[in-house]
Amino acid sequence: MRIAVCVKHVPTGTLRMRPEGGTLDRNGPGELNPTDKNAIEAALRLKESADAEVVVVTMGPAAATESLRTALGMGADRAVLVDDDAVAGSDFLATSRVLAAVLDRESPDLVLFGQQTTDGGGAVLWAAVAERLQLPFLSQATTLDLGDGLITVERETEVGNDSIEATLPAVVAVSDAINEPRYTSLKGMMAAKKKPLDTLTASDLGIAADAVGVAGSQTVVLGVGAPPARAGAATVEDDDGTAAQVIFDYLAERDLV
Amino acid sequence: MSLLVFLEHHEQALTPGSLGVLTRAAALDPDVAAVLVGGDDLVALAREAGRHGAATVFHATDVSASPLPGPRIDVLADLVRRIRSFDTILLSNSVLAGDIAAGLAARLDAGLNWDLVDLELRDGEPVGTQPMLQDSVVAEVGWRSSPRVALFRPGSFDAVPSATEREPAIESLTVEPTPHTLAARAISRTLHTDEGPSLDAADVIVAGGIGLGSAEGFDLAEQLAGMLGAAVAATRAAVYKGWYPASAQVGQTGKTVSPKLYVALGISGAVQHKVGMQNSKTIVAINKDPHAPIFEFSDLAVIGDVHTVVPELVELLRKHTG
Repeated sequence: MRIAVCVKHVPTGTLRMRPEGGTLDRNGPGELNPTDKNAIEAALRLKESADAEVVVVTMGPAAATESLRTALGMGADRAVLVDDDAVAGSDFLATSRVLAAVLDRESPDLVLFGQQTTDGGGAVLWAAVAERLQLPFLSQATTLDLGDGLITVERETEVGNDSIEATLPAVVAVSDAINEPRYTSLKGMMAAKKKPLDTLTASDLGIAADAVGVAGSQTVVLGVGAPPARAGAATVEDDDGTAAQVIFDYLAERDLV
Repeated sequence: MSLLVFLEHHEQALTPGSLGVLTRAAALDPDVAAVLVGGDDLVALAREAGRHGAATVFHATDVSASPLPGPRIDVLADLVRRIRSFDTILLSNSVLAGDIAAGLAARLDAGLNWDLVDLELRDGEPVGTQPMLQDSVVAEVGWRSSPRVALFRPGSFDAVPSATEREPAIESLTVEPTPHTLAARAISRTLHTDEGPSLDAADVIVAGGIGLGSAEGFDLAEQLAGMLGAAVAATRAAVYKGWYPASAQVGQTGKTVSPKLYVALGISGAVQHKVGMQNSKTIVAINKDPHAPIFEFSDLAVIGDVHTVVPELVELLRKHTG
């Protein structure tokens, strides 16, 4: 079987906007989005018990190759990068179109996503990608079990614990509680250099340039400003043991007790 | 503007987040409609929606009796395409609603803005408020498409019932599930048996960090929570040490909350935690370290030892409630 894992190359450390505003500055150092490692780990564990090929897929600048090499170093077999000026600045919807096109070409039995990204983008991308591929999707998985043409998942939501299943092919987003991702060994990184890494453009995928990137996006950032300051903040030091009374009065004045 | 609000319900109750979004939507569009999928006591749920401003409540029987997003995406898409051309669909984020919003956006080719904390009209066009970059900046975001999807951070709006009882028109829908919806199935669901309010629904949260010192230190947080009718939360560091369950984690890798009151006990206020709670309406922080970053975004900064201040505060609250 074939397992595709969608990953993202995210900026390391403090996030910044580009000076012209509106979009994230992605020129600094980057890394493989931490919770995507849980999805790769889950794929590698399935590969250990089933005869599977693990393909990692991403869209991003050439620097995203670093993250793909990390994934290959962990043990993935192959990587695909969509690197094209035409896709830069894609919003959620345009990004889902690109990923769906890559996955359509790969036709995996199982597509995995990580839980979230540290740069605030596309937290629920899996549902949009699944919808475009007309595949069932399951999210927040804390366990994965492959059966005969089926994937079964346990998960926790705000209201309870679910046991859910989907007919393959399917899209599954895993929780960061599903596993502890392995470290990339030096040997793994050496091996990764020899593994196939394909780079594709939008036109390779049969996507019109105006269907992706800024032109193909349906959302727009109109402006960016500082968050509203907290007005009237107060400080109290508990030198004389009266702080509890101050807190109590503060809460009582605001009808919070 | 014609607005449609997705109402999430569990255990015969609409979620506070859904009702908050409905309250806001009703202020923008007096003809706002809401949609319910499944539910046993439909009339009671519809009335509750009416009290929060819904003029019309669409109701679809959940044919597959599934708690999964698929049937809800099918209903919303059918409603917008076939029944009435709503231009904006609003949802309060949750595991379920996030999946619905994203799937629906792809199906309708509708722009999706998420993690919104407000929505207003400017020259007749909706503009969303979205904190970005770990909430260090706030962006104004818009849509190019119609329909469009707006997904809100839970707790962005108070659910305010109107004084005048409004009997909403109830319209029933029957929607055939798509094949890929039927390809995902629920085997079982075990509901949480919460002793207190859940983090997502709580008006008050008492959160503990490393400053509580130990797993036993969380007893203090629980006592204070008991007196305030609050849910208990923990930082990633405290969860990592095994002092409190991961399901209570607030922050970048945990839940995002915005209660009316957030009491932070022994929490330094690292960015990882800050992003999950800084939109709380009132933040009270108690910490020994006068330079703790949390004091930079607290409404009441208390420089003191949680192990002395909290027991005293619990005692004061106990006297107050008699």
